[in-house]
Amino acid sequence: MNPVLKVVDLEVSYYTDAGRAKALDRVNLELHAGEKLGLVGESGSGKSTMALAMMRMIKPPGRIEHGKVMVGDIDLMKLSEDEMLDARLSEIAYIPQGAMNSLNPVTRIGSQMTDAIKAHQPRMPKAQMKERAIHALESVELKPDVFRMYAHELSGGMKQRVCIAIGILLEPKVIIADEPTSALDVVTQRQVMETINNIQETIGAAIILIGHDMGLMAQSMDKVAVMYAGRLVEVSKVREMFTDPKHPYSQALIRSLPKLDVKGVFQGIPGLAPSLLRLPSGCHFHPRCQERMDHCDSVRPENQVLASGRRVTCHLYDEEAKEAKQVPA
Amino acid sequence: MANLLEFKNVSKVYSRGKVENVALDNLSFTLKEEEPTILTVAGESGSGKTTLAMLLLGFISATYGQILYKGKDIDTLRGNEKMSFRKEVQAVFQDPFAVFNPFYTVDHLLEVPIRRFKLSKSKKETRDKMAEALTAVGLQPDEIFGRFPHQLSGGQRQRINIARALVMRPKVLVADEPVSMVDASLRANILETLQVLQKDYGVSIIYITHDLTTAFHIANSIMVFYRGSVMEAGGVDEVIKTPQHPYTQLLVDSIPWPDLDRRWGQTDLVPSEDTVIGEGCKFSSRCPHAMEICKTRPGLFQLEPYQAASCYLYEEKPKLEGENLSSALPI
Repeated sequence: MNPVLKVVDLEVSYYTDAGRAKALDRVNLELHAGEKLGLVGESGSGKSTMALAMMRMIKPPGRIEHGKVMVGDIDLMKLSEDEMLDARLSEIAYIPQGAMNSLNPVTRIGSQMTDAIKAHQPRMPKAQMKERAIHALESVELKPDVFRMYAHELSGGMKQRVCIAIGILLEPKVIIADEPTSALDVVTQRQVMETINNIQETIGAAIILIGHDMGLMAQSMDKVAVMYAGRLVEVSKVREMFTDPKHPYSQALIRSLPKLDVKGVFQGIPGLAPSLLRLPSGCHFHPRCQERMDHCDSVRPENQVLASGRRVTCHLYDEEAKEAKQVPA
Repeated sequence: MANLLEFKNVSKVYSRGKVENVALDNLSFTLKEEEPTILTVAGESGSGKTTLAMLLLGFISATYGQILYKGKDIDTLRGNEKMSFRKEVQAVFQDPFAVFNPFYTVDHLLEVPIRRFKLSKSKKETRDKMAEALTAVGLQPDEIFGRFPHQLSGGQRQRINIARALVMRPKVLVADEPVSMVDASLRANILETLQVLQKDYGVSIIYITHDLTTAFHIANSIMVFYRGSVMEAGGVDEVIKTPQHPYTQLLVDSIPWPDLDRRWGQTDLVPSEDTVIGEGCKFSSRCPHAMEICKTRPGLFQLEPYQAASCYLYEEKPKLEGENLSSALPI
């Protein structure tokens, strides 16, 4: 089966007065239809930049240096501006951080939804647009009445679900949601996540969920990708990530999670995230790494595929990856 | 034993015309001076958590009831008493980015309170005090002095905020969602800092959060709010491991534990409709166990020495005396 989303060597830099900051460093990712991927990392690690780059929404001083983003057979990077406008929402949808606060307060939810359809399919009859919008609202478990409501009449969780409904209006192949639940309390958060799961089952899109709550990832994602200083350091199935994390950073991340059985023990990750302007040489994580070896500060690790199909960017697995390459699976 | 802080039947009502919105409903509890503790105030948005913090800091005054600090109503404090209240009750807020003035170095943030409250006699003493507070929160003073806020990470800034509070030698620290905007990997450090404050510096901490996971790890006791009323209160172990109130059960069941063998519960989610709250139990419209009797407001029933719930399911248990929560809160 061909992957529905394929990101190849995507690289983004921001040109600042202090120099060039590499926010995304040759990122590779594949996602099949119906897969749910959680993208985690500290703030400033490039999670949102990656989402924006996939949507081709990086603004100056940022620039997409090179790379491919394939949705189905289309390379988004090769499209013209107009074609890209068309592809957004219909091929790949993005629900930005704090989307629920971006609803227009003075127009009804319904007209904001039909606007989105109109932009893509101007000739669709009005009644059909309305029908489609209501169908989208129903699929996020909102009542059709919401169509005639204003944003202030809805609670935070309901607004977030409206944003998801807008995101699925044109049944895109890929949906990227940037921290859709971080401002919500646990009960509403669970409702929103269940909504996302349901939709994903009905329209079969691939979903990328950006966040830093590992608990949320454990509860609802299939795969987890860990980002550190602009690089994807590990991509694993969720169970493998939690039981047997490979990269030392993922290991530290898993260790730092609160557990219910040992109370009052905190294990933070020592050190600080590096500045993108002054990245450490070699492996960006080496100053904080507990398993650092001699060549970690000079040789840059490549993103390698292990025999198990997992992707890790770390010298610890050089041998294992070499063996995996010799015996093609 | 002297009471450091006492809430006596405190209510806060916001009214707009004839519409009354009860943000905090008849709350009573005490904190003892000799026994510093970490008390969690948990609940979803709109449950009255922040109203409680504002009342406690004296930013707003209670509609009914009294808040006593060292035996005196905080609304009537004047002059020196007011100053010492301001000094001894400190706060750390949610957003570590918003509280800094980007034009000043962080030294400024620490210096101003020392100057205002005349806590030191010389420049050197000021410097020493600042360095001591920074060390106490686990930062290297040399690395912090002279830096601008944008040069520091969110976790460092939040710890500087705690250091700023600590400079004042507070008795009570109100921490309103101190870690919700900080990266997961740095959360541990901040929570640890709060614990050190309580243990080594004898500061009582009111930890306001909607995150029960962190509450479980640092707090001794917890009060769970729903729409301004306490639903359940007690020790964190009791309340989070064996929740008894249907609302707390729903909350605990919805925590996304980072554990694959502990899936989200199967409790049905009854959506929160914005129905007008009548006289009855505030949770009854969403409660799977709602009964006829729930149309009148339940009191607090004591289930265990350190657990009390406001629910008629536990009607046969003794009522909590005077509705004062403190007897059910371990230290």
